[in-house]
Amino acid sequence: MKPAPFRYADPSTLGEALAVLSDEGAKVLAGGQSLLPLLSMRLAAPATLVDINRIPDLDAVEVTDDAVTVGALVRHDALLRHGGAAAVQPLLGRATANVAHPAIRNRGTTVGSIAHADPSGEMTSVLALTDGSVTVATTAGSEVVGWRDFFVGPLETSIPAGAVVTAATFPALPPRSGTAFAEVARRKGDYAVCGAGVVVTLSEDRRVERVLASYVSVGLTPEVHDLTEAVAGSPAEKADWAAAGALARTLVDPDTDIHASADYRRLLVGVLTERTLADAAAEAGARAARE
Amino acid sequence: MTTKLFGEPVRRREDQRLITGRGRYLDDIGSKALAAAFVRSPHAHARIVSIDVDEALDVEGLVAIYTYEDLTGPMAEPLPVLIPHPQLHAPRTGFPLANGEVNHVGEPVVMVVATDRYVAEDACDRIVVTYEELPVVVGVDAAREAAHAVHEEIPDNVAARHHQETGDVEPVLASSPRTLSFTQYIERSACMPMEGKGVHAKWDPDDSSLRVYTSTQASTSVRAAIAAKLELSLDAVEVIAPDVGGGFGVKIVHPWPEELLVPMAAINLRHEVKWTEDRREHFIGSAHERQQRQEITVGYDDDGRITALDVHIWHDNGAYTPYGIIVPIVTATQLVGPYAIPVYRVVVESVFTNTVIVTPYRGAGRPQGCYAMERTMDRIADELGLDRSVVRERNLIQPDQFPYDHHLTFQDGRPVIYDSGDYPGLLDKLKDLVGWSEAERLREEAEARGRLLGVGMAMYVEGTGPGPYEGGHVQVLGSGKVLVSTGLTSQGQGHETAFAQIVASELGVPIEDVEVTTGDTRRFGYAVGTFASRAAVMSGNAIALAARGVREKALRIAADVLEASPEDLEIDAGLVQVKGVPGTSIPLRTVAVLSNPLRYAFDEAAKQATQFAKAGDDDKPPVAEGDAPGLEHRDYYSPIRSTFASGAHAAIVEIDPATWEIDVVKYAVVHDCGNVVNPMIVEGQVHGGVAQGVGGALYERMAYDADGQLQNASFMDFLMPYASEVPDIDIDHQQTPSPLNPLGIKGAGEAGVIPGTAALASAIEDAVGRRIAAMPISPTELYDLVRSPDSEMTATAGRRAGTGVMA
Repeated sequence: MKPAPFRYADPSTLGEALAVLSDEGAKVLAGGQSLLPLLSMRLAAPATLVDINRIPDLDAVEVTDDAVTVGALVRHDALLRHGGAAAVQPLLGRATANVAHPAIRNRGTTVGSIAHADPSGEMTSVLALTDGSVTVATTAGSEVVGWRDFFVGPLETSIPAGAVVTAATFPALPPRSGTAFAEVARRKGDYAVCGAGVVVTLSEDRRVERVLASYVSVGLTPEVHDLTEAVAGSPAEKADWAAAGALARTLVDPDTDIHASADYRRLLVGVLTERTLADAAAEAGARAARE
Repeated sequence: MTTKLFGEPVRRREDQRLITGRGRYLDDIGSKALAAAFVRSPHAHARIVSIDVDEALDVEGLVAIYTYEDLTGPMAEPLPVLIPHPQLHAPRTGFPLANGEVNHVGEPVVMVVATDRYVAEDACDRIVVTYEELPVVVGVDAAREAAHAVHEEIPDNVAARHHQETGDVEPVLASSPRTLSFTQYIERSACMPMEGKGVHAKWDPDDSSLRVYTSTQASTSVRAAIAAKLELSLDAVEVIAPDVGGGFGVKIVHPWPEELLVPMAAINLRHEVKWTEDRREHFIGSAHERQQRQEITVGYDDDGRITALDVHIWHDNGAYTPYGIIVPIVTATQLVGPYAIPVYRVVVESVFTNTVIVTPYRGAGRPQGCYAMERTMDRIADELGLDRSVVRERNLIQPDQFPYDHHLTFQDGRPVIYDSGDYPGLLDKLKDLVGWSEAERLREEAEARGRLLGVGMAMYVEGTGPGPYEGGHVQVLGSGKVLVSTGLTSQGQGHETAFAQIVASELGVPIEDVEVTTGDTRRFGYAVGTFASRAAVMSGNAIALAARGVREKALRIAADVLEASPEDLEIDAGLVQVKGVPGTSIPLRTVAVLSNPLRYAFDEAAKQATQFAKAGDDDKPPVAEGDAPGLEHRDYYSPIRSTFASGAHAAIVEIDPATWEIDVVKYAVVHDCGNVVNPMIVEGQVHGGVAQGVGGALYERMAYDADGQLQNASFMDFLMPYASEVPDIDIDHQQTPSPLNPLGIKGAGEAGVIPGTAALASAIEDAVGRRIAAMPISPTELYDLVRSPDSEMTATAGRRAGTGVMA
């Protein structure tokens, strides 16, 4: 369990990083919490590791009324503890609390886990659920790529060779909306057997207007499911969330692995949907009352 | 005893060193050593067609490559069958490096030595081994069905047919008022010590001697194995177990191929060589345990009293049988637990599979035996509509029945005769501790919260401290330091503390003056090893006897000086004094000086012992006939048979009927290991055992696919429980001293793990009302079980539904 030989570069500017990244087989190292185990097990053998940790200004969390933008060096733990970010988009704190254990959250980066595109990652799902985007830098400049265009397959993104994801942007929670996030994991801090993040939006008269859900460890890439039809128009406190859970179960296509069968994951999709929607609707009601 | 530390919760003196990073583990040794790495089989069963090393030869830093062709003499022969047994009719072992065939993924094929481990692995990557794949046998059922053979010349895959019976079981079953039969399964898990295996070897060409450090549970025997296999004189080989980061059984197996190959390379290359096992190697290249299929038939009467028990077990021993049939024997003989079984027959068929070898893992066959017996008790109770504790109580051996002879033969070849115990006492304490009588109320409360609650219990008796022997050496130095050594090894159990407590108590010295060394063949050459909960029983008693020998000699010498009779003397706080006469005393360290008459003085203390220091008796030799210089004594403890510890566990689980997650909300342990040297250490052992018991019941398994690939060979996918998964543990103690040994102690190391699977299966079954016949069980499996039309509802669940307690 020792990595194959690789060249190591630790550029101090984004420009230098992009220059090294243009080498054949170069790979970005940020928090290393997924990459280094892959290297040690020789499941990956990049020719060059480009350590971006010395590049300034990538560790900022920018909060506006409309969105939270998370730089490529922001650790999960920093986002978890960022009150301003949580006020604009509560899913950020709720989801990062479910990312692994403190030691991993202290090192691992939110953008790194998104760029890793693991369908078992919480933040890939949250990027999708919030209709977020990433900023991709290449030597030709930076461009914003929406989540639908970014995630291609498990551990696969549309990012071209030589590019680096410099930030992820999570739009603010819409008005009269609430969120919730929950997981079932075999052990506390493990990759979820199934996780669910939801957003419930109410109408002016506190009826369910929109229900969106996204799941963790279900499907090959993050997806957002619109569950509105199951509960549309119901008063928030009387909505039939079980119906929304039942609808969700018909929309997902989970896989079987050594930890859970596809059927069990589908069961959990229903249960977690029902449970999180009730919480999210209550929050939406409370927020609507404050707004 | 004057310095009464025996029985006190003395803080573990080794912890300061171990938890502040100052332990010296295998990989801390030999920073300049060459590194070994292995090419291991990627196939579960294959013939080796060719090995091409050409591409590896260019790797800068490569030092040597070894294949089977490079092995000579005894090294080219199969590894030893460490514990032969007449019923092991078809033993098989591998070779240090595969000889033409591989029988499990992970079997070593090529050893590479290079300047460091990175380079060694680079070279391994470039070695091309061509295989011809053979049909693969995975799992005990496939082995039993024997559509394919693991070893061509053993077509039924049966390595051993272990058979014991205490009478003619069939007529008794036929005439029993009731019988029931069932089949159940238990899965593989593994020891998973935090530190894997590791070996460092250094050859001294000037005096032709070899020093080997190895992360082992049996350094003296590794020494003998290395000497035999490398054709060295025993006195040319030293083997030392440094700090060892856990063993749990896997490191009692020896010699591991690496324990022979690394010294071989060190001699061959005239350079120190080290191999440190990584986690993936540990998963696929060490040992597992526990998979069995158990077919059980029990006869019983209307009160639930067992009349006869007939058990047929199919035990998966993996690819080879280096450790003999110890695990099957332990299952067969410990299965009966605390119960009086009038007639018992057991057959264990030990079968080959193309998977990692099976050797003892903490509990060593006992968890499986306990699972068989305790689940039988649960079934009888369920059939009869009796409380599960009542059925157990009616079958228990009573306190006035000791010594109790089961008429079975244990793993040490000695009879299974229980020396002492109070099993009804355990059961009473357990019921109080867990609140057994409150179960129905708790169930209703949980139901109101939307949770399914169940309680379960399991009892066990554990044969501990088997022979043949251990030894101890105690020596008092002129400085007052007391050096203690024993040959068996330590893996973090707290031996330094427990043995020091024993010596401090026996000798009457401050514990701070006592220094303990274990597992170093330079200090103590005779030993068996650390396994079967035997360190405290075996070395503890040997060390106590050695300390008593030192005390006797000290009193004799001091009596001479103090002009008193030895019977009138005592030793307290390192001072030998006349009882009741303060001031008439001599320090023990001075006695040590006087015990060794000297010609040469090199310090103030030595001056007191020189030949002109005091008037001698010209008619007597300076060292009396039959005496020896020095205040030291060596002694051995060799028990007539094992001593039997016992205990009872109960668990309360709550299950979410929507997600089928299983939550252990209460876990109660009543434990009896006779006299306790250090209750804090015993509780720690219980805690660790329970953690592994919970792991084995709810989380851990070896997920082999049909091709024999282990799909969860990492800590990411092998679900060893975190602290967050281990329940709080309530412990109560009972002490029934062993009459077999001077200290009255019984082993405590393995106990905590034994009943976990049985107790949790019982609790989950109680909660969901469906028969649990395969463990471990995960939420996804429980979901499958409760919705399967084929799963059996318990009679208890039927009765509850009928009475409306739980619809």
